[in-house]
Amino acid sequence: MSRLVVKGGRVIDPSQNIDRAADVAIEDGSVRDIGENIDATGSEVFDASGLIVAPGFIDMHVHLREPGFEHSETIETGSRSAAAGGFTSICCMPNTQPVNDNATVTHFILERARERAVVNVYPIGAITKNSAGEELAAIASMKEAGIVAISDDGKPVMNARVIRRAMEFARSSNLPVIQHCEDLHLSAGGDMHEGIQSTRLGLRGIPRASEDVMVARDILLAELTGARYHVAHISSRNAMQMVAFAKSKGLSVTAEATPHHFALTNNDMPPYDSNYKMKPPLRDESDVGAIVDGLANGTIDAIATDHAPHPGDEKMQEFERCPFGILGFETAIGLALERLYHSGRIGLAHMVSLFTENPARILSLRRGTLKRGAAADLTIFGLEHEWTYDVARSPSKSRNSPFHGHKFRGGQVATIVRGQIVWRLNG
Amino acid sequence: MQKGLLGIAELSRGEIEEILSRARDFQPPPRQSFKRFDTLRGRMIVNVFFEASTRTRTSFEIAAKRLGADTLSITASGSSVSKGESLVDTLNTLGAMRPDAIVMRHSASGAPQFLSRYLPIPIVNAGDGTHEHPTQALLDARTILDRRATLEGLRIAIIGDIAHSRVARSNIYLLSKFGVSIVLCGPASLLPRDMAAIAPGVELTTDMRKAIRDADVIMMLRVQLERQNEASFPSNEYFQFFGLRPEHVQLAKPNVIVMHPGPINRGREISSEVADSQRSAILNQVENGIAVRMAVLEKVLAP
Repeated sequence: MSRLVVKGGRVIDPSQNIDRAADVAIEDGSVRDIGENIDATGSEVFDASGLIVAPGFIDMHVHLREPGFEHSETIETGSRSAAAGGFTSICCMPNTQPVNDNATVTHFILERARERAVVNVYPIGAITKNSAGEELAAIASMKEAGIVAISDDGKPVMNARVIRRAMEFARSSNLPVIQHCEDLHLSAGGDMHEGIQSTRLGLRGIPRASEDVMVARDILLAELTGARYHVAHISSRNAMQMVAFAKSKGLSVTAEATPHHFALTNNDMPPYDSNYKMKPPLRDESDVGAIVDGLANGTIDAIATDHAPHPGDEKMQEFERCPFGILGFETAIGLALERLYHSGRIGLAHMVSLFTENPARILSLRRGTLKRGAAADLTIFGLEHEWTYDVARSPSKSRNSPFHGHKFRGGQVATIVRGQIVWRLNG
Repeated sequence: MQKGLLGIAELSRGEIEEILSRARDFQPPPRQSFKRFDTLRGRMIVNVFFEASTRTRTSFEIAAKRLGADTLSITASGSSVSKGESLVDTLNTLGAMRPDAIVMRHSASGAPQFLSRYLPIPIVNAGDGTHEHPTQALLDARTILDRRATLEGLRIAIIGDIAHSRVARSNIYLLSKFGVSIVLCGPASLLPRDMAAIAPGVELTTDMRKAIRDADVIMMLRVQLERQNEASFPSNEYFQFFGLRPEHVQLAKPNVIVMHPGPINRGREISSEVADSQRSAILNQVENGIAVRMAVLEKVLAP
């Protein structure tokens, strides 16, 4: 029997309304007990004095690039980067090569994760075959194989009839539908948010409306079908209002926001720096304000990173040729603390729920809690220690982060998966 | 000061004035040919044109030669770009040949900015995508100043496909720094509302007559059909509503200057009567192009 006691921390578990100084005892990979002065005789001890001890953080939107793009990332390297970011569970989008649109690919991902990954990996299946937006993928058999949601992330389903059918099918399979909301006709050729900056730089714009019209359409279809519908990486203030409206009508509509969308605007981009190029694009102060408000008032349910590795040579091109996407794992907690907690916008327990209980509920994962008997996934982080992000030291295979050199106040200190310490600061 | 010349936006008014005033020294006296200088003797300038251009490339070549520099011009179709070499690799290769400056044109906005972060060699932007064309704005300003004492207080209309025009952007940045009141005019789908906010003193209109009324200068833009991947306006209506004709010129100041960066599309954005009229400064612009580029190359390569 292996035993680990995490001693002396402040335990925050929103799923049980716990926020107090306590020890956490872990036995054979499961949470055994939360209590004061737990006897650690004969156990391994993790000293968490001065630190927050939370259920393991879940990143419900990531790209691991395997199979097919192993020069960018693999399930192994991505999972190590996730662990270094304090995440214990990650949900990988299906835009691999081949696309995860059938059970064979799902099995491959899970098998590879079992062999190589240091954190839990949950695959998300495609909505349509090859994510081409036309014919439904093998959703039910992927569900049996272990997918936790469906999405054609990166390739929004443009055909309203197809997404309607997908929603109906997903509902019967009890899967949420995650949409990358972007009307491709409106965004065609766009490289950054359409506004003063894009006009100055002579870059084609991605209008806010390209996101808004698809969120609006999908909310109406979610009402029609009764599906559980989730807006990926919400970035527009208008889309925010529509999600709030859907929630007020009692629809099963949820949303996630990325750290970069609540931390940066398009004005922060040094001219033509492709480490600031992603979809949806960085928008305006008004949008960032709306997202922070949405996180604070519950309109947004989860923080997800949209970790999207691209190797240097792909990002070292003319801006318009560079692929979209940035790394996300290792800067997520630091940015959440900086922009949400230290700024006084949301309390710590609420911040923890955005990374744990909420994504677990959206995806029906048996994670994100420290209830007795639950898998012993823990994220341990500090609130005050100063550190500087050095992307060159990332376990990821890629280096495309706009936060290289950023100074943080507080961040991840240790990551525990099924009772094993898989990453620790300066470890 | 940037090490080359990437855009007008980053230049100060003083730096612009310095170039414009030096360009005067390089203008040939009337009915005489250009003088040769040997300021840049022994220096090597490579012109890399990733996008077709005859007049700008030739103008830079002549400017370099008149200063005594050696030049070499490479166009994309004749280079390794067509063999799939990346921009960085192409320029690194050229960089290894140790030219003293690179003059480049590229269809991607920001391509010279991107390269200047990695190459130690000064880059002169000869037009990047829909972003900037700094030497065009400088030669336009030189042309206006040949006929007006100052830019201050002038009313200048820029008419055409504003959205896709690097000439418009560079001119807006330059003229705005000198307190010009700038009116942008074009079909609404080619006239982004955000243009009014990119520099002080800019207003927008879709009414050609309003734009031209009392203008000191009318700058017509080339209709860039090659930059449009969709129909942003009904093209058969363009000349009717946005083509410059003699009756428009009547609305402007009597001594209005009509300009066009060329090459002109007669009957599309400008009528032949106007293009060939006394008011037209189009050929002076070409002449000033060489003088201004000489001033720029000298400044960039000055020891």
